[in-house]
Amino acid sequence: MNLIRPIASPGRPAAATLGLVDVDIHPRVRDLSEFRPFLSEAAWHRLVTYGIHARHGFHKGYPFPKAAPLACRRDAWPPGGGPPASDLPFLREQLLDRYDMDIGVLNPLQPSGQGDVNDGLSVALARAVNEWQVEHWLRHEDRLRGSIVVPYEDGAASVEEIRRWAGDPRFCQVLLMSRTSEPLGRQRYWPIWQAAAEAGLPVGIHAFGYSGHAMTNGGWPSFYVEEVQEHATSAQAQVSSMVIEGIFERFPSLRVIMIECGFAWMPSLGWRLDATWKRLRDEVPHLRRAPSEYLREHVFVSTQPIEEPDRPEHLLDTIEWIGWDRILFASDYPHWDFDDPRLAIPSTIPEAKRALIYGGNARHLYRR
Amino acid sequence: MARHVVAPVAEIPPGGRKVVEADGKRIIIFNLSGEFFALLDRCPHQGGPLSGGILCGLTQSDAPGTYRFSRAGEFIRCPWHQWEFDIRTGKSWFDPRRTKVRPFPAAVATGAELAEGPYVAETFPVLVEDAYVVLEA
Repeated sequence: MNLIRPIASPGRPAAATLGLVDVDIHPRVRDLSEFRPFLSEAAWHRLVTYGIHARHGFHKGYPFPKAAPLACRRDAWPPGGGPPASDLPFLREQLLDRYDMDIGVLNPLQPSGQGDVNDGLSVALARAVNEWQVEHWLRHEDRLRGSIVVPYEDGAASVEEIRRWAGDPRFCQVLLMSRTSEPLGRQRYWPIWQAAAEAGLPVGIHAFGYSGHAMTNGGWPSFYVEEVQEHATSAQAQVSSMVIEGIFERFPSLRVIMIECGFAWMPSLGWRLDATWKRLRDEVPHLRRAPSEYLREHVFVSTQPIEEPDRPEHLLDTIEWIGWDRILFASDYPHWDFDDPRLAIPSTIPEAKRALIYGGNARHLYRR
Repeated sequence: MARHVVAPVAEIPPGGRKVVEADGKRIIIFNLSGEFFALLDRCPHQGGPLSGGILCGLTQSDAPGTYRFSRAGEFIRCPWHQWEFDIRTGKSWFDPRRTKVRPFPAAVATGAELAEGPYVAETFPVLVEDAYVVLEA
């Protein structure tokens, strides 16, 4: 009776006939000293003496507590110590092996240097995070892919970082956050788009990032529930900016993935942008097509946390508009709102389309 | 259903819990102020292991600005998506009709009663003078 067998690994979903790719995994350092080998003495000294300076208040913690420690599944803390997703063997056990995944994409969040007020530290940390991904994860696990973390408020340094890793097939995308100092279509970010397009790398734009601006147009919200909804609005502001500024005219091969931003906002945004564009087309004559066409051609979305309408056909209609070839499975491991691949994708979605979501689309998009 | 002697009462103090395996299922035994309850260790939402969650109470509000906290320690919260389940019934607070964990009967029996069987064999000795938690699963 007291002998408890471990929970059996259920394997991949039966519908994952084109493979199982998880496009949103968040590795974390066990502690900051893991970055030390990849930082200059000066940068290390700065980091441990003066610390990280995100562009928001309460920078020693989150502006909104996350419902669970480090916003993580309470069962994801490795038995050997360290925070969730800091231990490769346990990540294998709890995610890659458990669900028989083919590929998992690492999206390092804080501490990653992205958006740090100190430009020099931002650059140094982003570079260190990339080296750390190679040394701590990618060298040891062929199923994992890295994301090129760039200090996105500094275009030139970001380009340097993209070029440094562009030829390394273990990195499959460039990573940005959804809240930046200015909208992502602005000229200061064009070097990033250009370098990504030249490298043939898609750009993942993950929810969060602390830009220094309040996260709603009306200021800071009161509740974490509100912050979670803000991902969808930040995503809309970013893709609107990119479309309207003509980013996809300038860099026609560019693909972006809105990660953890939801996606049911996209048809509504497309309709509204198109309606306004028809009337005010002459303000943005550099757009040669309707805004929704750029959205549907260049913008991919990830599933977690997927919209859960009362009537399942509403979800099908939404994805139909976005495109069945544009949606990618994401688990968000090890965060508390993790999606189990076997249960998170509704069976109301036809099996062949679920196969695209689980792996077919990601394999086509990332190609490495 | 077989009856399983899963632990001496003293092993699961009030507010404590123990995961056991019975009839091929992982089951959590809870002690709520001396009463024992048992739930399947699997969240009906997405399958998270409930045993990894924290105990909580019930936060309610009759109107914005007024809050009541009650039943401290009588809910188990899924370690994944934070669903709250009433340990006494297995029902989720949010969707009690459709989203519920399977409950199992659990009770205390004395060693003297257990001597009369039939019970599934245990890995610890059953003493007539002690009390035990008995699970039906």
